[in-house]
Amino acid sequence: MLTYTIRRLILTIPTLIFISFVIFLIVKLSPSDPTANLPLTIPPEVREKIRESLGVNQPITVQYFLWLKQFFWLEPRIFLENSFGWDLGTANETRLISYATRSPVMDLIWERMPQTLWVVGTAYVVGILIAIPIGIYSAYRQYSFFDQAGTFISMVGFSVPPFFSGVLVIVVFSVLIPTDSFWWLPSIYDTTHRVTDWESFKFQFRQMIMPVMVLALQITAQISRFARASMLDNLNQDYVRTARAKGVRERGVVMKHVLRNSMIPVVTVIALGIPGIFGGAIITEQVFKVNGLGQLLIIAIQGGDVPMVQTLTFIFAILIVLFNLVADVLYGLLDPRIRYD
Amino acid sequence: MTDTSLELDKPSRSQWWYVWVQFRTHKGALVGAFVFIFILLGVLIGPWLWPYEATAIDIRSRNQGPSWAHPMGTDQLGRDTLARVMIGGRVSMAVGMTAMFIALLLGTLIGVLAGFFQWLDGILMRLTDLFLALPLLPLLLVIIMLFRETLSASFGPEGGIFILMVSAIGITSWMQTARIVRGDVLSLKEREFMVAARSIGTRNSRMMSRHILPNVLSPIMVSATLGIATAIITESALSFLGLGFPPDFPTWGRLLRDATDFLQQYPERAIWPGLMISLTVLSVNYMGDGLRDALDPRIRGR
Repeated sequence: MLTYTIRRLILTIPTLIFISFVIFLIVKLSPSDPTANLPLTIPPEVREKIRESLGVNQPITVQYFLWLKQFFWLEPRIFLENSFGWDLGTANETRLISYATRSPVMDLIWERMPQTLWVVGTAYVVGILIAIPIGIYSAYRQYSFFDQAGTFISMVGFSVPPFFSGVLVIVVFSVLIPTDSFWWLPSIYDTTHRVTDWESFKFQFRQMIMPVMVLALQITAQISRFARASMLDNLNQDYVRTARAKGVRERGVVMKHVLRNSMIPVVTVIALGIPGIFGGAIITEQVFKVNGLGQLLIIAIQGGDVPMVQTLTFIFAILIVLFNLVADVLYGLLDPRIRYD
Repeated sequence: MTDTSLELDKPSRSQWWYVWVQFRTHKGALVGAFVFIFILLGVLIGPWLWPYEATAIDIRSRNQGPSWAHPMGTDQLGRDTLARVMIGGRVSMAVGMTAMFIALLLGTLIGVLAGFFQWLDGILMRLTDLFLALPLLPLLLVIIMLFRETLSASFGPEGGIFILMVSAIGITSWMQTARIVRGDVLSLKEREFMVAARSIGTRNSRMMSRHILPNVLSPIMVSATLGIATAIITESALSFLGLGFPPDFPTWGRLLRDATDFLQQYPERAIWPGLMISLTVLSVNYMGDGLRDALDPRIRGR
């Protein structure tokens, strides 16, 4: 297992390099000029100097390797310096600068990260916590009313895109319900809000309900179906009959024997879904005006902010590759029948 | 005994008849198919029958609620929402189906090649893995942002963005089909009829067209159905984020985006396009579900 993990880890390097190159090429083909948004009063020769200082005039391979170096060598060191107070001699090196804001790209990303992680993370946990009991119960009572209703609701959850479910809950809870009502919820997520006491915690809770539930609906739809299918696979196995025959209580059979075995594929699906949920968060963040990574990406794309788009897209790619690896390794760890060596 | 004689009296039916019989037993799929065909006909024929033009501005009857003259109301320029929803549906459906077709073509080609030729398998599957590792939504946004100007210049604003969107969605969603098809081809290759066909000297091209493609048709059809749903959602998501068709060119995602600006005053305006997207996708998903069951010979006849 360890050799397998190490082999896979080594294999991710060419994958990531290839993806980074693809992303770099696509974005670099963009005709957008980094100085286009500057005031018109800047004379052309100064404009050319600015371009030079941004490194746009260099050959594309040089730019690519510079970007790789900044992303994989300089930024981790800066991160270490900031978190542990060490001095690794990064003060004089040029960091990756955003065209739009002229501040280091990674600083902006670290700034936006908590909002996204907070909303996405909570939604994922909530979604899983709802999905797994539903999956277990629908499988245990297959074709019952609860199961049929669950199937229908998860089909709806699959089909209603977050940009409609989000708008729908805003219409219901922010527009139709009067503002002074208990059920009224804010439609705009206020990220400057700090939780200091009970009242502010209540506000934070209320403003998180809608974005979290919209994201959680999608997660629940997928994972509950998967948990159900996986439970059904196991419920008819011989070991379940043996357990019942030797007098294990029904509760013990389902919650211990069957559940543990059926959670193996579910856990891997949960791991595989994490990068996808960041993609979904791009839209949800746009609907509820959360200023997280997704919104940063949209603004960067609209503004032609090449370094920002490259870095953010690449971070999404890293997430996918990483969690694919995690899922494969988890599968091998949890299921002794799976051996990759 | 009587049963057997009855069975024998029955005229022989084609395979597709049995698929249809099985499909009919799936209630959700049947309802889904009806809803889908209804929406499809509605967006195709509807604009001809409906007296209002989608782009006709009538400023005096702006911001109206639902009435007999305008069943879905009018927008801030007095344009009839029903007409816009129907025209928008045309675009969304066209994008969904064309993108699905491209994805299917690519996926089947790569899947069959990878499954059939051992020496291509490694490289094509690595390619599939690489594509699966790409962050699709951000990349789609980037691609559309970057190539919009160029294509609009050569094919006109609508045609250019249509080509761009369809090919971008198609190129980024063939991977699942390729994987499924490859798996099926690999297992087909071991079967006796394939060995028999090879032993009488059948050429590769004929093996593929005659023996492989008909046998992998069912997974392809299922992923085609589900592909429409994904493509429609992707198109709407892009339009919703403001990176789709030009503003005066309605699609469901675009209409939803425009409606969110008036959410406080006219909340019902956002419901219609959203409802159409959700209904279409839901019906397509149910159809795919039923088709999967109907095409599976193990389930058939149960």
